[in-house]
Amino acid sequence: MLELKGIHKTFNIGTVNEKKALNDLNLKVEEGDFITVIGGNGAGKSTMLNIIAGVFLPEEGDIVIDGVNVTRLAEHKRASMIGRVFQDPMIGTAANMNIEENLALANRRGKIRGLGWGVKKGERELFREKLKMLDLNLEDRMTTKVGLLSGGQRQALTLLMATLIKPKVLLLDEHTAALDPKTASKVLSLTEEITSEQNITTIMITHNMKDAIRYGNRLIMMNNGSIIYDVKGEEKKNLTVKDLLLKFEQSSDGEFANDRMLLT
Amino acid sequence: MDVFFSTFLTGANQGLLWAVLAIGVYISYRILDFADLTVEGSFASGGATAGIIMSLSKDFVATGAAAGMFMSVISILCAIVVGGLAGLVTGLLNTKLKIAPILAGILTMTGLYSVNLMIMGIGTGGAKNNIALGPIGTLFTKIGDVMPIPKNYIILIIGILTAAIVIAILYWFFGTEVGSAMRATGNNEKMAKAQGINTQNSKILGLVVSNALVALSGALVAHQQSNASVTMGVGAIVIGLAAIIIGESIISAKFPFWARLASIVIGSLIYRIIISYIYLAGVDSEYVKLLTAIMVVVALAIPLIKEKVGPIIKKKREAKNKNSNTPSDSEPPADNETNENTLADNAEETNVKSAKEV
Ligand SMILES: Nc1ncnc2c1ncn2[C@@H]1O[C@H](COP(=O)(O)OP(=O)(O)OP(=O)(O)O)[C@@H](O)[C@H]1O
Ligand SMILES: [Mg+2]
Repeated sequence: MLELKGIHKTFNIGTVNEKKALNDLNLKVEEGDFITVIGGNGAGKSTMLNIIAGVFLPEEGDIVIDGVNVTRLAEHKRASMIGRVFQDPMIGTAANMNIEENLALANRRGKIRGLGWGVKKGERELFREKLKMLDLNLEDRMTTKVGLLSGGQRQALTLLMATLIKPKVLLLDEHTAALDPKTASKVLSLTEEITSEQNITTIMITHNMKDAIRYGNRLIMMNNGSIIYDVKGEEKKNLTVKDLLLKFEQSSDGEFANDRMLLT
Repeated sequence: MDVFFSTFLTGANQGLLWAVLAIGVYISYRILDFADLTVEGSFASGGATAGIIMSLSKDFVATGAAAGMFMSVISILCAIVVGGLAGLVTGLLNTKLKIAPILAGILTMTGLYSVNLMIMGIGTGGAKNNIALGPIGTLFTKIGDVMPIPKNYIILIIGILTAAIVIAILYWFFGTEVGSAMRATGNNEKMAKAQGINTQNSKILGLVVSNALVALSGALVAHQQSNASVTMGVGAIVIGLAAIIIGESIISAKFPFWARLASIVIGSLIYRIIISYIYLAGVDSEYVKLLTAIMVVVALAIPLIKEKVGPIIKKKREAKNKNSNTPSDSEPPADNETNENTLADNAEETNVKSAKEV
C-alpha cells in the first residue's frame, strides 16, 4: 500500500544548522493498517509524514503509494491519495470560509476544478449526513464560518474532510495534542470509528503512549530519524507503557529522561 | 451648477472610476493575502495602453461617434490585457522564482515604469512620459456626442455600470470551484495544498485578475481626464486600501460577498468626495497623499489599538460588574463535568466569546 524505501532527509544542508531528520528510513505499510508512531521530540515523526505528503522532498529514497512512485510528485498532486489532520487545529481548515465550503473543497481533492459552482446543491445533503455522524450538531450550522468553531470541532471537521474522499493513506500528526483531554478522546474515538468503518490505512503520531498502545494494529517507535522498534498484532496488544519506556531508555541511553513522553 | 454640488459630482466620478482599482487591490490584498505593489505600475499601464490606442487611431479611424466609441472600447480591452500580463509577471516571480510578494511587486512595478514610457512612445520612436488621448475623443465625449447629457453624468452612469458588472462577475467567479480554491489559497495555504489545490496557479490567476481590474480602472481614468501619464499610478495602492478600509468600516463580516465588494465602491466614493472638498478648500494635491497615508495608517492601527485598549476597558467593566454583584456570570456552569458532548459544549463557549469580540 505505502512503502518508504531508504529515505534520507537533511534540513539546511551545508549550513551550521544542518540537521539530519530522517536517516535511512524504511517502512512498509499494508492495506488497512492503523499504525501508531511514537518517539521523542525531534525524532523525525512529523518529517516522515511531511515526506509522505510531499511537503518536503527527500535527498535519497523512494516513496511508493499503491504501486505509484510519488517521490517527485508535487504536494497538491498527491493530495488525491492522502488525507491529513495536523496538530494545530487552525491548519486543517479555512477559517474565513464556512463549513460547507470547506467540505466542498475537500470533496474536490484530487479532481480538476473548473467553473462549476464551488458548492453544489446535491452535495449539501451528503455533507449534512456526514456531519450528523460527528454528533456535534454541525449539520445545522453549515453556513457558519469555520473560524467560529472550537478547536475540537475544527479537528473533527478536518478529520471528516480528510476522509470525505477515501484517502489511500490518512496521516494524523498529533491531531489531538492541542485539545483538552475530554475533547481529545472524543476526536480519537471518531478517528477510530471513521477509519475502521471505511478501512482506511492510517498513520497516527502521538505522544500519549496509552493511546499508542490502545489504538491501531501496529506500533512503531522512532529515534534519530529511523525506526527502532516495530510491533504488531498480539505482541502490540500486550504491550504496556512500562515496556515502551524501557525500550526508550535502551535505545537512547536515557536521553529521553526530560522528555514530555515520560509525562504522559 | 453651484460649486458645492459640482465638487460632489467630480468626487463621485473619481470615486467610481477608482473603485475598480480598489476592487482589484481587494483581490490581492484581502483574498490572496498578497500585498501587491504591481498596482502602481499596472494602473499607469492601463492608462498608457488606452491612451496610445486612442491617440494612434486618429490616423486610421474616422472621427465619428460610432468609430470613436468602438476604439474606446478596444482601448479599454487592450488595457485590461496589459494589466493582466503585469499581474502574470508578478505571479511568476513570486511562485516560480520564490521572490517575496512585496519584492516581486516592486520589481514588476519598476520594470513597468519603462514599459509604460515605451508604450506611450509608440509611433514617435522614443519614450514619452505622458500622452493626450487625441482628436478622436474619449469614451465619455463620444457617448456625449450621441446623448445630450453632461459629461459628469455620463461618467457617473458608466462608472456605476462598470462597478456593477465587475461585482457581478466577481461574485459569480468566487462562487465557482476555481474561485473557492483561490479563496482557500489566500486564507490557508497549507490547507489548500492538502486539499489538492494548485496554490501557485491560484495566486497567479488572482494576480492576473487583480491587475487586469487595476488597468481597467487606469484606462477609465485616462478616458475621463483625456490624458495618461507615467506617474498616474503613484499612490494607487494606498488609495485602494483607503477605499477598502472605509468600506469595511461600514459593513460587518456577516454581509454577503457582493455586499463586501459593493462596500469598496462606497468606500471609494466616500474617500474621493472627501478629497474633492479638501481640494475645494484649497489644499495642494501633494498634501492629500500624506493625508491619505495617515488615514490608512490610523485605520490599519485600529485593530491593534482595540486589542490593547479592549482588555483595559473590559477589566474596568468587570470590576464594575463585581460591584453590582452578579457572581453567577463569572462562574463555570456546575454541570460541566456531567455533560456528555464536550465538543458541542466548547462550541457554545467559543460562540459566546466571538460574539463578545464583535
Ligand atoms: N522545516 C524544517 N527546517 C529545518 N529543520 C527542521 C524542519 N522540520 C523539522 N526539522 C528538524 O528535523 C528534526 C525532526 O523534526 P520533526 O518535526 O520530524 O520531529 P518530531 O519527531 O515530529 O518531533 P515532535 O515530537 O517534537 O513533533 C528536528 O531536529 C527538527 O528541528
Ligand atoms: Mg512533530
